[in-house]
Amino acid sequence: MSRKQRRAVLILACVGLLGLASLLVLFALRDSIVFFHTPSDVVEKGIEAGQRFRLGGLVAEGSVRRGEGSLVEFAVTDTVKTINVVYEGVLPDLFREGQGVVTEGRLDGSGKFLADTVLAKHDENYMPPEVADALKEKGVWQHMGKPQPATN
Amino acid sequence: MIVETGHFALVLALAVAVLQAILPAWGAHVRDERLMAVGPPAAVTQLVLVVGAFLALTYAYVVSDFSVENVYLNSHSAKPLLYRISGVWGNHEGSMLLWVLMLALFGAAVAVFGHRLPQTLRANVLAVQGAVAVAFMLFILLTSNPFSRLAPAPAEGLGLNPILQDPALAFHPPFLYAGYVGFSIAFAFAIAALIEGRVDAAWARWVRPWTLAAWMMLTLGISMGSWWAYYELGWGGWWFWDPVENASFMPWLAGTALLHSAVVMEKREALKIWTLLLAILTFSLSLMGAFLVRSGVLTSVHAFAVDPARGVFILGILVLFIGGALALFALRVGELRQGGLFAPISREGSLVLNNLLLTTACATVLVGTLYPLALEALTGDKISVGSPYFNMTFGPLMLPLLVALPFGPFLAWKRGDLVAAAQRLWLAAVTTLLVTMAVYAVVHRGPWLAPLGIALGVWVMTGSLAELASRSKLGQAPLPESWRRLKGLPRSAFGTAVAHFGVGMMVVGIIGTSAYQSERILVMKPGDQAEIAGYTLTFKGAAPQRGPNYREEVGVFEVTRDGQPVTSLMPSKRLYDAPPQPTTEAGIHVSWRGDLYAVLGDAQSNTEGGYAVRLYFNPLVRLIWLGAVVMFLGGLLSLSDRRLRVGAPKRARMQTSPMPAE
Repeated sequence: MSRKQRRAVLILACVGLLGLASLLVLFALRDSIVFFHTPSDVVEKGIEAGQRFRLGGLVAEGSVRRGEGSLVEFAVTDTVKTINVVYEGVLPDLFREGQGVVTEGRLDGSGKFLADTVLAKHDENYMPPEVADALKEKGVWQHMGKPQPATN
Repeated sequence: MIVETGHFALVLALAVAVLQAILPAWGAHVRDERLMAVGPPAAVTQLVLVVGAFLALTYAYVVSDFSVENVYLNSHSAKPLLYRISGVWGNHEGSMLLWVLMLALFGAAVAVFGHRLPQTLRANVLAVQGAVAVAFMLFILLTSNPFSRLAPAPAEGLGLNPILQDPALAFHPPFLYAGYVGFSIAFAFAIAALIEGRVDAAWARWVRPWTLAAWMMLTLGISMGSWWAYYELGWGGWWFWDPVENASFMPWLAGTALLHSAVVMEKREALKIWTLLLAILTFSLSLMGAFLVRSGVLTSVHAFAVDPARGVFILGILVLFIGGALALFALRVGELRQGGLFAPISREGSLVLNNLLLTTACATVLVGTLYPLALEALTGDKISVGSPYFNMTFGPLMLPLLVALPFGPFLAWKRGDLVAAAQRLWLAAVTTLLVTMAVYAVVHRGPWLAPLGIALGVWVMTGSLAELASRSKLGQAPLPESWRRLKGLPRSAFGTAVAHFGVGMMVVGIIGTSAYQSERILVMKPGDQAEIAGYTLTFKGAAPQRGPNYREEVGVFEVTRDGQPVTSLMPSKRLYDAPPQPTTEAGIHVSWRGDLYAVLGDAQSNTEGGYAVRLYFNPLVRLIWLGAVVMFLGGLLSLSDRRLRVGAPKRARMQTSPMPAE
């Protein structure tokens, strides 16, 4: 093979691979991304039952109720609107009433959110940025004191 | 006083780094030997000063000097000594100081071990290294000073985040940073080569050990983090495809590619431009990782509270170095000539394939990590990209890489023979086939593709053994002769085989645990029994206990298998004194089949003595981290190879005299 042909093979391989990767990325981004919504978004935008998304806000005070087995019910609020969440499983360590939380799952027909994931946090003072932003938008954000130095 | 001395030492180190960044480079430009000679002593002085600063902060932590704000915020006098020390880098300011320490360490290492390097190259490398150090020292002194005092001094500190009080996590940041920062050497060499407009096989030979060392550290650092997340966070998983994890994984992928392309450059003088670009990109990804983690722009389960103002500074560093390096690359790349022709089917060709796949995979990870940021900036929509995305993009790209991997070492340079390579791999292929059939015969659950995934891992493992067997003519020559040949093989050949074997182990572990994990979530009262993966667990109840700086509730599970007692697991829920934060300690039983993993959840108010309990069985999960350790050992073997260590002294001496760009 001449230098030209070899270069052609190389370029073809690159282009082919990049094309394949782009296709994979596009398909994956279409199918597997998850949107984040606050309770107000859910009410305002009218999200369909069965569609997977992340719901974030504060765990409403006094809303946590243990059900049968490891079933837990609690309410997620952005202080404007509130959505009831049902979750079966073990809650993360830092799950507490009045604290920020992010849950992932889908709405059932009756407007309840069936969560299969409740995201854990590593730091008491950490607020998921989406939750913080959402709360700021609703005007209920109170600064949580001096930000803790980051840790890793 | 000691703390102020440390602060002062850091300021002095900055001054020295400024000199190191300017004088040697200027000297190289005007060919002034005295100016170039400033580099090595400056690098060593910088190291001494930074070590001084680091020790001063460590001292403040060890004696719990709470008049230092950083110590007050992150330490507590009741903390065990190990965690008082690891607390130094368990926070933003201290970890940046560790970063600078690593930078100085690598810089001084080049100064000390690089006496065979051509003078101008060494001067430029040290200058670039100095410039990077200047940027980060300014960052520390201007935005994140760990030495600032509090008046009046508080009596007690706030304590370190308890989930960081863990042996694996105490050493995770140093290894990770050694990896990140180690790639700065490859970066500095690439910039120096671009400044000089000359790059050759010898260049690759000098860069390779540094890259290899950095890669080994990063490998170990990432796997330590993964191991920690596995047993400390109590979620039974080992990788989340979380942005912070990706931030460390991308430099690893690029670094792995760099490691392989540098081989081609060293042996065949080919892929020069690509290797230079890769060296720049690898360190750029390290810098980007630092930015993503430190700036708080990411939504991450691992994210900790951060101060966004610092992000802007790091972004500045990022733009300056990446932008500057790429601009220099664009300016100078025309002067570099491509060397070495090769056929598509050849050792070079296989390494090019490796590079294409690794960098493409790295790009898909990059897209998945940055897409949410871009989308939010453009549309305001908040999304998260999770493991389904990465499984769909990253997975398919790894597939051809792993299938092709065993062929690579069997192909000759320049022009290889695929059929001959396949013939020498027949035993590996047959073994793989048998294992696949055995897995299909024994395991009847899980995805039907999973045994093929396991087969892929076995293929890589047996393939790397086949390479050693073939090179020692095992089975073709008498046994003593084979043994003699095996002993005569260069260490780097063993290194390659061992590291590839580790990759195979990791693949088997990943597939095994992903496809066949069992999980049960239930409420158990004392006396209740639960079955998982052939084990029977009896809950004996939970009792409170007191640790050195925490209270905990310990659950006791008696584990039996086929009626025989196996072990007892004692998962616990801890509440630390300072800061008062709960953590989960999983109870784990390790066996060759996999890990039995128990987590104690909340007490159930509506069931007397009942607890939510999560049980997992993670088959073969240990192979993931063992594989990483084996990869590290492979790197170590390679690094100990004389050829690498000596660094081709003859050629180096020949090139000391200034030569025009080839």
